[in-house]
Amino acid sequence: MAYPYVHEREVRMISRNFGDPAARTLDGYRERGGYRGLERAFEIGPAAVIDEVKASGLRGRGGAGFPTGLKWSFMPKAGVKPHYLLCNADESEPGTFKDRELIRWDPHQLIEGCLIAAYAMGSRHAYIYLRGEFFEASQVMARAVEEAYERGFAGRRILGSENDIEVTVHVGAGAYICGEETGLMNSLEGRRGEPRVKPPFPAAVGVYSMPTTINNVETLAAVPHIVEHGGEWYRQWGTDKSPGTKLFCVSGHVEKPGNYELPLGFPMMELIEDVCGGVAEGRSLKSVIPGGSSVPLMDVEDCRECTLCYEGVEAAGSMLGCASVIVMDDRTNIVREVRRMVQFYAHESCGQCTPCREGTPWMTQVLRRIEAGRGTESDLDTLLDMSAQMTGTTICVLSDSAAAPVVSSIEKFRDEYLALIHGGERVEVA
Amino acid sequence: MLTQDERNRIRAEAAHYDHPQAACVEALKIVQEHHRWVSDEHLKEIAALLDMSPEALDSVATFYNLIFRKPVGENVILLCDSVSCWIMGYEGIRAHLKEHLGVELGETTSDGKFTLLPMACLGTCDRGPAMMVGNELYRNLDNDKVDEILARYRHPSGA
Ligand SMILES: Cc1cc2nc3c(=O)[nH]c(=O)nc-3n(C[C@H](O)[C@H](O)[C@H](O)COP(=O)(O)O)c2cc1C
Ligand code: SF4
Repeated sequence: MAYPYVHEREVRMISRNFGDPAARTLDGYRERGGYRGLERAFEIGPAAVIDEVKASGLRGRGGAGFPTGLKWSFMPKAGVKPHYLLCNADESEPGTFKDRELIRWDPHQLIEGCLIAAYAMGSRHAYIYLRGEFFEASQVMARAVEEAYERGFAGRRILGSENDIEVTVHVGAGAYICGEETGLMNSLEGRRGEPRVKPPFPAAVGVYSMPTTINNVETLAAVPHIVEHGGEWYRQWGTDKSPGTKLFCVSGHVEKPGNYELPLGFPMMELIEDVCGGVAEGRSLKSVIPGGSSVPLMDVEDCRECTLCYEGVEAAGSMLGCASVIVMDDRTNIVREVRRMVQFYAHESCGQCTPCREGTPWMTQVLRRIEAGRGTESDLDTLLDMSAQMTGTTICVLSDSAAAPVVSSIEKFRDEYLALIHGGERVEVA
Repeated sequence: MLTQDERNRIRAEAAHYDHPQAACVEALKIVQEHHRWVSDEHLKEIAALLDMSPEALDSVATFYNLIFRKPVGENVILLCDSVSCWIMGYEGIRAHLKEHLGVELGETTSDGKFTLLPMACLGTCDRGPAMMVGNELYRNLDNDKVDEILARYRHPSGA
């Protein structure tokens, strides 16, 4: 199956093998230049690998954008204690669909990234944690890992070196919160996937209380390229603060939704209009969620000047998150979509913190009431109050994520709330 | 009682980890492969194999959306109900599925063929609305496509 949409403005580095099934085998990957990054890593040594990654300015693609090289340098020196590398392939942020593609088209790229990261941090064990719903992807991944072992690219004495790195694929069973790094660690240990209180941070106390680093699939997929070609080379794309390329997952009301790999700093309107063919004929753009359902909504005004890099989206009042661009045209009922997002968080809250456990279903109720035309203006104050109490008060940021679309939608689309509150258009609610 | 094969597979999974408990979700899934859900009796047997108390294992089992502690139908339908699928027409598909199957979300058809469950984002947002039936993912759904897919599961031979 060919990859659905490709655009000439793309810079296909980590997505270069999308749509090319032959790249899935170890030989196919090698023929396309694969595992050269690993060879170079072994030549230059762990400290130099971390330096290259630092120089590249690569930032974590799991949502927070934390500098990867810096994160790696927090790991204590390899010594008596085992160190772990975790690859976060739990991808469940609504609107996000890049990691599955990276895994199913190019599993060896991810294995190579894991091996380099593990080597750089003195970890002898890398776990790839996949969400339970990724059945096909987990089979592709498991097969690739098996092949890597058979051919001496994983396990003992990798490529004839002194380096031993085990790679284990671990499959979850459906729980959004397991994507949060410490929730993932608990889940990996066979516990409930509840986030842990930080500090201590994973680099000090992680899986089995041992030093652990966790990175997103897309972050690790970029690593082989950076190590092979150098950190400076990676900086030829993107901006000073957001170097490199990024997969943009565009969904919703555009003509050509899909994954597009573009240099960071790409203008938002060009992504929507040129690359994705814009909204349907006769429709107009209403709102965009640029980074998955956990980030504030933008209105058309915000989108116009927005460039898609960490600092660019922040300046436009939202966050790049995992670059999951959800496009909504003028048909969209904003209040209903916001309710849907909050309801998701209510269902996925692990329940440890009161503001999150109680706040998310309560907000859902208030939003439903407004949707049904039974709301009052004071409901908006209640929602904003609740949001404030749910932000910055809990163990993990799921609670903040639930509040973000509520606050931003009330700010940007207050008229829609008021229209529902003061009669006018009434919508049926299930 | 778990079969010898199930026990062997669970032990093999546990051997991959330093602590057998780490294999517990995998063990629950192995049992579900044969029995579709995890009964109290099976839960106790798995717990014993992994050196866990049944209570501890149950608290893990109930944490995850894909571990079923109640009987489910032959085919579990997971209908993605996250934001992008909503934008692309989730509600119509949901109404169609409910009518076609004659069940509400969370219920099993009277012939035991299907259980219909809502599911958090399936991660295929560019091709919503989407659902999974068992391990298969189906996308860009419309009513006709849903009918066609369900017919295949009703008459697996294609008859
Ligand atoms: C509720 C919640 C869900 C998350 N889900 C994911 C996820 O599915 N995948 C992911 O890579 N990161 C997810 N994260 C972010 C991780 O906690 C972590 O920051 C990330 O995996 C670090 O990798 P990076 O530095 O390479 O971005 C989530 C965070 C939160 C709070
Ligand atoms: S904020 Fe919500 S999801 Fe996160 S730990 Fe607290 S209750 Fe759990």
